[in-house]
Amino acid sequence: MAAAAAGATPSQTVGPFFGFGLCIRPHHELVDPGRADALRLKGCVLDGAGEPVFDAMVEIWQADAQGGHRDGFGWGRSGTDGDGRYAFVTVKPGGDGAPFITMLIFARGLLKPLMTRIYFPDEPVNASDPLLAALTEDERAGLTAVAENGAMRFDIHLQGDRQTTFLAL
Amino acid sequence: MSRPAIERVGDGERASVHPLYLSPEYRSTRLRAPDRPLVLLPESMHDPTGPVYSDGPLAETDSDLTRQHDGEPLGERIIVTGTLRDASGRPVPGSLIEIWQANAAGRYIHQRDQHPAPLDPNFTGAGRVLTDADGRYRFTTVKPGAYPWRNHANAWRPAHIHLSVFGRAFTERLVTQMYFPGDPLFSADPIFNSVRDPAARDRLISQFDWETTTEEWALGFRFDIVVGGRDATPSEA
Repeated sequence: MAAAAAGATPSQTVGPFFGFGLCIRPHHELVDPGRADALRLKGCVLDGAGEPVFDAMVEIWQADAQGGHRDGFGWGRSGTDGDGRYAFVTVKPGGDGAPFITMLIFARGLLKPLMTRIYFPDEPVNASDPLLAALTEDERAGLTAVAENGAMRFDIHLQGDRQTTFLAL
Repeated sequence: MSRPAIERVGDGERASVHPLYLSPEYRSTRLRAPDRPLVLLPESMHDPTGPVYSDGPLAETDSDLTRQHDGEPLGERIIVTGTLRDASGRPVPGSLIEIWQANAAGRYIHQRDQHPAPLDPNFTGAGRVLTDADGRYRFTTVKPGAYPWRNHANAWRPAHIHLSVFGRAFTERLVTQMYFPGDPLFSADPIFNSVRDPAARDRLISQFDWETTTEEWALGFRFDIVVGGRDATPSEA
């Protein structure tokens, strides 16, 4: 089949000027912030020099509180601000196994997205997660959000000694 | 206690059509490319689900960037169309494609683009469309201009339109740039040339298309998109 022979379209950077195209509609609140189980998820994107990445965009994909994707639930997008900060309002994913949120990071200087996972602290089921189990203690800590002022904080270090563990796409 | 084994792979060790994270000639990659191996999730841990875009119905003006203001933008009116397919050649229907671009003078409306070229009060440069049942999409816009950037001395980006494609699984997300045929700036552009395989690089260049070109109205360009999924490799001849 001729159609089957077509090769994949290569990735290119999102560049510095995506905000007016991709972040003009708010997509960072996956649930009503007033909801009792609303979870504030926030963090910074930092480069290899520890400087904030002010022109990044992060996207998340996760199950809902019951562990599914009812009504198309589960996707969110947040640009970073001048201090490299992103923020979402969502819920902790439910279902079997360790809860986690998948995250993609796009930025000027990233020629293809980075993928990682956000796990939650103090979850006994984390011990049985196959990815966490295969990582070193430092790597595990890097993929686990930290409770901070009623929110969950998850920073992304693109490069260097504290680099976040990224998953091959 | 020993940990279960998990495969780790250096970015450069994988066959892929995509650029490497570290492409030093594109200066911004130097402090942003990860320098540790990536974790390869075993097949059993892949998530086959992907976001369904739900933001209400799209407006017709979402896919016609020349009709978003009171007047018409300056520049060459163009129609960009193509088919979105997966790696096995199947059309991908109902997928959101978002685009953004500079105006005909090469200026983005973004506040951080301050180079001396005029903004166009009748052009924002952002649009979106859903692929139809056959995976097809179509935009009307104006041809973007080339513009300077500060990557190296006398650096200019070839004219391009940015596209963001959802695909069907979260791992099929694709953000890319569509270029125009015959651009003299290709050979000096580190972003275009970050794609190492020449055949794959050529797939970033749209084709002028008489069939889409509309008499007395607009030039047509064809840009087919293939979302390859994981470890997509260049097609073997």
